Amino acid sequence: MSDVLEAYPQLLRGAWITVQLTVYGSALALALALAFGLAGTSRHVALRALNRVYVEFFRGTATLVLMYWLFYALPLVGFRFTPMAAAVLSLGLNVGAYGAEVVRGALNAVPKAQYEAAIALNFRPWQRLVRVTLPQAVALMLPPFGNLIIELMKGTALVSLITIGDLTFRAQQIRASTGETTATFLVILVMYFVIAQLLQLAVRYAERRVDRMLGRRPVRRDALPRTADASGAGAVKG
Amino acid sequence: MTWDWHYTGEILPDLLDGLRVTVIATLLGYLIALVLGLVWTLLRRTPSRIVNQTVRWVVEFIRSTPLLVQLFFIFYVLPGWGLTLGALTAGVIGLGLHYSTYTSEVYRAGIADVPRGQWEACTALNLPRRRAWQDVILPQAVRKVVPALGNYLIAMFKDSPMLLAINVVELLGAAYHAGAETLRYLEPITVVGVLFVIVSVLSSIVVRRLEARYATH
Repeated sequence: MSDVLEAYPQLLRGAWITVQLTVYGSALALALALAFGLAGTSRHVALRALNRVYVEFFRGTATLVLMYWLFYALPLVGFRFTPMAAAVLSLGLNVGAYGAEVVRGALNAVPKAQYEAAIALNFRPWQRLVRVTLPQAVALMLPPFGNLIIELMKGTALVSLITIGDLTFRAQQIRASTGETTATFLVILVMYFVIAQLLQLAVRYAERRVDRMLGRRPVRRDALPRTADASGAGAVKG
Repeated sequence: MTWDWHYTGEILPDLLDGLRVTVIATLLGYLIALVLGLVWTLLRRTPSRIVNQTVRWVVEFIRSTPLLVQLFFIFYVLPGWGLTLGALTAGVIGLGLHYSTYTSEVYRAGIADVPRGQWEACTALNLPRRRAWQDVILPQAVRKVVPALGNYLIAMFKDSPMLLAINVVELLGAAYHAGAETLRYLEPITVVGVLFVIVSVLSSIVVRRLEARYATH
């Protein structure tokens, strides 16, 4: 155990990479989720079709397969990514597809009267979105987004398979040099757990902020079942 | 470099072998997830605070840590404790254990959704606890969550490529090996990606059918 703890600079460096990947991946996923989620609520058939294609395709691909494809297959036809870029792209594209469904579901769940009122008040389309529907939808999006970010953070462990020095990669190195298999893996499991709990705290804080911003009372947390991944959008629809 | 159909045809049998392993691992893992998830849910409902709090934190821990690391743990650590597992067995256990924490949450929601009146009717009819669960509560709870459970089968299928990290030659692993021999990764990995999309899209259509049939709301 002490051998593993002595290797803490290595573990911290790995954890830092994991955190960076989580932040970049989430940022990309969030941007894609908003763009394609909005496309999904559009009046134009073409935009809605674009949303369907993106969501079905990237929800259907496994993150690891996508990562391998970007990292091993694409360079052969001339697109070369750094490992970090391949990792962020595959994580972001994948989680963004789930996020797009969350955004679409949340926007559709805003009461229609809100939208009609905004029209009656002669708001422009942009104002309707930014001042009326989106802020209300954000309150619905946050809990499933929280789950998705944790899923993404867990997904970052995959990058160790394409040679990025994240927490899992460092653990393999420490395991090889010290032979302390049990201790190494236990330590990084706990580190991942701590990161996940911190992310969850941050999302809950954001939820309270948004509720206060909208003048709502905080929602009781147990009322929202925490299901992640495939049914992450279900929490909004239900 | 251009796409080589001849080469694609050559590696296809290897890939189909890999697909078979992927499907086996997913189905066996799913079986574990379905059963173990229910066990977690029922244990969390026991009156003993020690038991249900322990289970709660264990489940939370397994759910918020990466499956990949858990697979390494099962594959590399358990042999040191005298329990040597084959790669595929370790993979199946890892998948099942990880996803049992998700199915457990699904069951919990299903059970919470069963109307109070059903419980009261059980009491009024003086049904033993066991029969109340077996014949009244669980059949209704499980019926409602069939689509949600189906979603996790798809999610699990998509996480199965991680098994290549512990040397299971599943679909992606087979593609990687085929590519490594010839240094042509384009065809094998692309075929794998396409296979994944096809299977996932088809199965999500099935899940949507299930949703219509077991209408949850």
